[in-house]
Amino acid sequence: MKLLTGNDLKSGAVTWWTGQDWSLHVEDAVDVGEHGEPILAREEALRRVNTPAIIDAVATPDGPRPAHIKHRIRALGPTVRPDLTLKPADPDAGGWVI
Amino acid sequence: MYKYDRFDQEIVDARVDEFRDQTRRRIAGELSEDQFKPLRLKNGLYLQLHAYMLRVAVPYGMMSGRQLRMLGHIARTYSRDYGHFTTRQNMQFHWIKLEQAPDILAELATVEMHAIQTSGESIRNISSDHFAGAAADEIADPRPWAELIRQWTTFHPEFSYFPRKFKIALTASDNDRVAALSHDIALKLVPGPDGEIGFCVHVGGGMGRTPFIAKLVRPYLPPQHLLSYIAAIMRVWNRYGRRDNIHKARIKILVHDLGAEEFTRQVEEEWQLMLPTEPPFPQAELDRIAVQFAPPPFETGLADTIDPAAAADPAFARWLTHNVHAHRQPGYAIVTVSLKPPGGIPGDITADQLELLADLAERYAFDELRSTHAQNVVLPHVRKADLHALWQALDAAGLATANVDLVSDIIVCPGLDYCSLANARSIPVAQKIADRFADYDRQKDLGELKIKISGCINACGHHHVGHIGILGVDRKGTENYQLLLGGSGAEDAALAKITGPGFDEDGVVDAVERTIERYRQLRTEGERFLDTYRRVGFEPFKEAIYG
Repeated sequence: MKLLTGNDLKSGAVTWWTGQDWSLHVEDAVDVGEHGEPILAREEALRRVNTPAIIDAVATPDGPRPAHIKHRIRALGPTVRPDLTLKPADPDAGGWVI
Repeated sequence: MYKYDRFDQEIVDARVDEFRDQTRRRIAGELSEDQFKPLRLKNGLYLQLHAYMLRVAVPYGMMSGRQLRMLGHIARTYSRDYGHFTTRQNMQFHWIKLEQAPDILAELATVEMHAIQTSGESIRNISSDHFAGAAADEIADPRPWAELIRQWTTFHPEFSYFPRKFKIALTASDNDRVAALSHDIALKLVPGPDGEIGFCVHVGGGMGRTPFIAKLVRPYLPPQHLLSYIAAIMRVWNRYGRRDNIHKARIKILVHDLGAEEFTRQVEEEWQLMLPTEPPFPQAELDRIAVQFAPPPFETGLADTIDPAAAADPAFARWLTHNVHAHRQPGYAIVTVSLKPPGGIPGDITADQLELLADLAERYAFDELRSTHAQNVVLPHVRKADLHALWQALDAAGLATANVDLVSDIIVCPGLDYCSLANARSIPVAQKIADRFADYDRQKDLGELKIKISGCINACGHHHVGHIGILGVDRKGTENYQLLLGGSGAEDAALAKITGPGFDEDGVVDAVERTIERYRQLRTEGERFLDTYRRVGFEPFKEAIYG
């Protein structure tokens, strides 16, 4: 599957395309198939996303899992600071990255 | 310590206003990201994995308590309660919001700090010895010269659009504590034939994907020609540097391609052409600067000893052994505060710790602090009589780890946990190695052993010059780690050699341990790891690593 991701222009936070908007949570991301480029062009022009990219991911029962570790770290947060990730209360969150 | 004059302050304030307007235009859509990126980079603002990151310049690593307190305030107000000391003596804050970046720069300007030229294709922060002005082994204080170069290179119109970034280091001791020979220009204060102190000039050092040790270009340069000679070096590079290929654009490539002899000939030729119209040396400005680096009012007649009752405390004694260094003034010592606690992230420091260090500097160190390229902090002038009280205050804040230059004092870049350029995480590797060698007696037995870890080929973790270096790479989407041996970033500078096939995260920690065990088997009395490696060569270690 293909996901759209980028950073929020003002905050720099990692965001994921949900089909209608941008979410901080990769679980909300949708598969855009081969239709990502025009969405990215439109959203970047509207400044709703910065430095957007299309990435590969795998569908899992828990939601999309980016194929590359860099994007899994982007999705979660720094593995060395679990308290600063999006799932600070989940002791297994780091395992999802590795 | 240098204090801004009216011109310094006006320049920095104007830059804040300019960047505030650029940021406004970016958010309003008047600037594209392609247009804005070089502007924000010139103000130290990166876009990293999780948010923006702001790199704050710490010129030659020198800070006051007031400045450190401001860094603590920024960490608490705009980041997530911590900052990170970099491998070039700067401080960076992750988790920054673009819309708040101009406010941060405005706050920094109130304490004579900025983020100018901490990124982009510019002359970066001038590095210098973190013991400058205190070291027993320096021949002169390099800081007035570092400040002069800082002023001269800031916004210099001829050198604002270089082929690539450019780094200058300055030292004044035979003991290189700033990795000088890994810089584009390494300047060392040395006595000349008539006894006047001038500069020994090396050019073309660097790390990255193509590492080189800087080559000797001029054994002695009279001091009054410093700026024109640097200009001649940069003009030759500006003229012939490879702007067509970012990976070949650094001056080290030009020096290598031409050869040191031919490069030197071209620099000297350029310089001779410049000399007839060389501007008068700004001696008055150097004198104005130098006054501000006058030694603090040291007490005289102090006992040059440490209270034996206090030194009987084993933990304090360990700290004295590893973190306290000789000062040129009797009765005083230099203290290195390790930012490498067990389980910690090298170089990270909390807002509370920043504020505590500010208090301690004001109380015990004439309001001076230094950041080191090894990601620690130095209190340069501490009365020996105050060492125990200082240690107790540091210990209560988790800042008294006794491990400077030992195996757990690891230099490490942020790696893939934070950096958009990284290929692999580097911090977890450092943490596992430090944990493996956590036992103090084991560390002490190993002696000086410098491990340096980078999460990508850009080598911000200085892996090329580690006694043991580790480079994280991406192998088909999986983190993999190459091991290197035999480097040095000190006065005996050398590049490390890759041992062979890489390892996974746990595998490279095991390989480091096998390397160190082989050292223990081979060493002679008092021999450092690096000395043993140089004596016996690469093969015994390779055999230990791969069997």
